[in-house]
Amino acid sequence: MLWIVFSKPEKARIFRIRMFDEIQNIGINSIPIVGLLSMFMGGVIALQTASNMDSPFLPEYTIGFITRSSTILEFSPTIISLILAGKIGSNIASEIGTMRVTEQIDALEIMGVNSLSFLVLPKIMGAVVFFPVLIIFSIGLSLIGGWLSLIMSGLASTETYVLGIRSFFEIGNIVYALVKCVVFAFAIVSVSSFYGYYTKGGALDVGKSSTQAIVTSSIVILICNFFLTQMLLL
Amino acid sequence: MIEIKNLDKSFGDRQILFDINATFETGKVNMIIGQSGQGKSVLTKCIVGLHEPDNGAVLFDGNNFTEMDRVERKDLRKDIGMLFQASALFDSMNVEQNIMFPLTMFAKHSKKEMLNRVNFCLERVNLEGKNNLLPAELSGGMKKRVAIARAIAMNPKYLFCDEPNSGLDPQTAIVIDNLIREITYESNITTVVISHDMNSVIEIGDNIMFIHEGKDWWQGDKNSIIHTDNQEIIDFVYASDFMKEIKDSMKNNH
Repeated sequence: MLWIVFSKPEKARIFRIRMFDEIQNIGINSIPIVGLLSMFMGGVIALQTASNMDSPFLPEYTIGFITRSSTILEFSPTIISLILAGKIGSNIASEIGTMRVTEQIDALEIMGVNSLSFLVLPKIMGAVVFFPVLIIFSIGLSLIGGWLSLIMSGLASTETYVLGIRSFFEIGNIVYALVKCVVFAFAIVSVSSFYGYYTKGGALDVGKSSTQAIVTSSIVILICNFFLTQMLLL
Repeated sequence: MIEIKNLDKSFGDRQILFDINATFETGKVNMIIGQSGQGKSVLTKCIVGLHEPDNGAVLFDGNNFTEMDRVERKDLRKDIGMLFQASALFDSMNVEQNIMFPLTMFAKHSKKEMLNRVNFCLERVNLEGKNNLLPAELSGGMKKRVAIARAIAMNPKYLFCDEPNSGLDPQTAIVIDNLIREITYESNITTVVISHDMNSVIEIGDNIMFIHEGKDWWQGDKNSIIHTDNQEIIDFVYASDFMKEIKDSMKNNH
């Protein structure tokens, strides 16, 4: 399937238009949910870290350090990707699945259009291009969420939180997060497109494809996460 | 002209088509008729390459479609227009964008020329001015007409219509039938129509092929189908009591 997806688009101009449409659908439309989740996720990480720091030997800035590390290494790239697998995966599988059962994909093929490339490639490219933007956005909001929760609860000061965030910073961690999210973006779109494209039957089967797409892409994300962590961090 | 030679098709252990041979002539409306589940749609999908036949050949004006690679098929498909049973209009596009789609993908015309072609096609199917409507805003008959307009946008040499009258009232069905016939004769294209509707068969069918149990059971024209002795065709054509009465009265008159 993939070699057909990555064959040259019929017209570059149409491909560009479709890719920007997909960036809108997949990426920009996901900003509210990603923002909301990230704020609360960062807040909870910071609160839990602060409330579990019983040892007097641990400096207070550890809260900021742990919040930053957890967010960059795991929560933003992996958890947000799992959430997006549900939102985007079901959307893609049901869109392409509906086109399959209503013969719209057959209509494309009859016209001489490479339906796989036409439908799937702009989605893959759109996701791969915009996921890193979403993840950076998520990291930023998560850290703000952590700061707000600490300020409101009075568990740490702004100075110590910022000091923690800036301590022992490694740019490699950001690269690791971005590599992971690009791989996850590819996995979500390709798995969901596969289930949608090979849907057989009617409306019920479109629903089944959509569910299978979410479950499979979530499992693929978790497996990829394990191997990428081994390859990039150890 | 489209020729089908010794075509077989099965899905798993279940064979659907058995040694089909047929010729669909240019400039004529070629009908494929038969009961539901006899393999009419599968045959059409084998002809246009949506299903791969197990054996046999499909020739478009002498060119063997079954032996073509993906690129050659893509080129030939630009000469094929198809009207699907459920119209298969793209939901996210309005009427104008649907009809313009094949032109945008393959034609090397300016936007203005493409728009002129779209408007001509819409006028041809009596839907002028409906450019901005979405498929969800169209009636069943209008959807079929838009699908015909899209199918003829590229001036195809071959037109396939899969049950163009299904779900339509008798008057709209006649409009669609007449449209298919006029387009076929005007543009001298090879039209293949799948239908259950005997009104359509009698109205527009120049050549008729009856498929039964996956075999090319009978071929002829509309006059011979009325007077045939073939029992399976008689059972199909005169299935209703009303048609049986007509047949009896025809016999009595003779």
